[in-house]
Amino acid sequence: MKEIVFISGKGGTGKSTVVATLSRLVDGKCLADCDVEAPNLHLLVPGERIRQEDFYGADVAVLDPERCFRCGVCRDVCRFDAISANAEGGIRIDPLACEGCGACALVCPTEAIALRPVKTGEIALDRTEYGLFAHARLEIGAEGSGRLVTEVRKQLHAAADGEEWALVDGSPGIGCVVIASITGADGVVAVCEPTLSGQADLERVVAVARHFQVPAFVCINKVDLNPAISRDIEQWCTEGGIPVVGRIPFEPAIVEALRRFETPVEAGLDPIVREIAAMWNQVKEAVGESPAP
Amino acid sequence: MTLAILSGKGGTGKTTVAASLAVALEQAQYVDCDVEEPNGALLLSPRIAFSEPVEVLVPTVDPDRCNGCGSCATACRYHAIAVVRRKPILFPTICHHCGACRIACPTRAISEIPRRIGVVEGDAEGRFLQGRMDIGEPIPIPILRELKRRMARDRTVLLDCPPGASCAVVQSISDVDACLLVTEPTPFGLHDLAIAVGLVRKMGIPFGVVVNKAIEGETELATYCRKEGIPILLEIPYSRAIAERYSRGLLPVHGDEAWIHRFRTLYDDLQKQVLEDGAAAFRTAPKPGSADPGRAEA
Repeated sequence: MKEIVFISGKGGTGKSTVVATLSRLVDGKCLADCDVEAPNLHLLVPGERIRQEDFYGADVAVLDPERCFRCGVCRDVCRFDAISANAEGGIRIDPLACEGCGACALVCPTEAIALRPVKTGEIALDRTEYGLFAHARLEIGAEGSGRLVTEVRKQLHAAADGEEWALVDGSPGIGCVVIASITGADGVVAVCEPTLSGQADLERVVAVARHFQVPAFVCINKVDLNPAISRDIEQWCTEGGIPVVGRIPFEPAIVEALRRFETPVEAGLDPIVREIAAMWNQVKEAVGESPAP
Repeated sequence: MTLAILSGKGGTGKTTVAASLAVALEQAQYVDCDVEEPNGALLLSPRIAFSEPVEVLVPTVDPDRCNGCGSCATACRYHAIAVVRRKPILFPTICHHCGACRIACPTRAISEIPRRIGVVEGDAEGRFLQGRMDIGEPIPIPILRELKRRMARDRTVLLDCPPGASCAVVQSISDVDACLLVTEPTPFGLHDLAIAVGLVRKMGIPFGVVVNKAIEGETELATYCRKEGIPILLEIPYSRAIAERYSRGLLPVHGDEAWIHRFRTLYDDLQKQVLEDGAAAFRTAPKPGSADPGRAEA
């Protein structure tokens, strides 16, 4: 199975819309939403839940006040300012600030601190009209979002049954969740908009794909919003040897369709659908179809 | 007042709102906390006067002292050290700089050395501050901590936050006085707004909502806000003209007194309604069955 991840650097450029559209167009594929902090794909890919489980992706330090004699060495070694002492010297650990590193537990002379796994999210696997669909939701404010992303991809691979393609909706940014989404993938499609910020963010996220040696493609959404910047992006891509595979026009009807929980396919926005289909054909050709299992 | 602008969903217009406030409030400091993809500078064109590296401490092993026992690898919760054939192998990019390996080492073979993960930059006037994470780095938290350390204490501070609802957002909004949640009236926007609302409520921070790409008529978003007792403080209309101007780095407030006035009013409203009148109402979720608090601007 070949895995193609749709990322964007800057958020809100249309990743999920493109992936949801492709979910209607591509045969022999499964789906994943790796934007675990703000997942959206499930809104357009309804299905039947096959499996759902809690994910424990981080630890948090827990203090046993009975054993603690308030020496404060734990507070001194904590690099995350998660440990404080009140006026009476009582030690308190802030679970939101704690990164679960365990340094405090290592230095505690009375073994009053233990690390406890915390639930950082939920992972779900759905059977949908459009194929198997793995997705997750990070607990609000939780650590370890990258680990949750890795787990989503792992579960999709484990559940897949001879599908040729995995289409993955990525997350914005260039940090841990993005790295976890693209590491080892067969290709990334960076969806961008022709704005000054969209251009700057695209350059950074493509650099990340290169850093991790994943072949990158670019899709320009709302291509006619600023033709001059679109040309700049095309030129930058040409110079860097990055294929521009999609040029989707600005179309307010797409937003209208989304409000009705429809993709451009159900909304009958044929020029948009054709453009996204053509984009997919180029990616497919470049990445190559995997041999039959 | 320190005000954080966040959104859950990316691309809803956080930077547009934060940068517009920075233009409208002449003495405010704008801080770009979206260190993975900072965009504020493109809209505010600050004169960068300093650029300083942000460094973290990562372990280094003295081979003469190391006996290959593997205690460091056992102590590291992030798998940033492996000991293979009694030789430690370090993975500095995934190191969380906690120092546990050094504590665990029985032969004192581990010391820590600085390693650059990004920069913080700002202008001379103290009106602009941004962080930028280096390519390939996974962890933005130390850069956010450095920004918070350098943030102005004597004026209004506007924190332009990263998207999402993870530890990076928590780090950005800890200790702020109020939050503005920027959203758009689509199912995606509403879904992610609810996540952001959950976050600020969990942290007990008063907040209000700005609707970007707003459309005429009743939306599910407006219904949600009314039901939850969340004030909608400003609506920026869905318009190709605004989007085109944004694409060239122009904000609604650039050369438009009416928009400057609207953003000043937004700030005043937030200060007044959220901080003075309604703090209690917006800090916690309305209890089931309690009276509908209604829209605060009504």
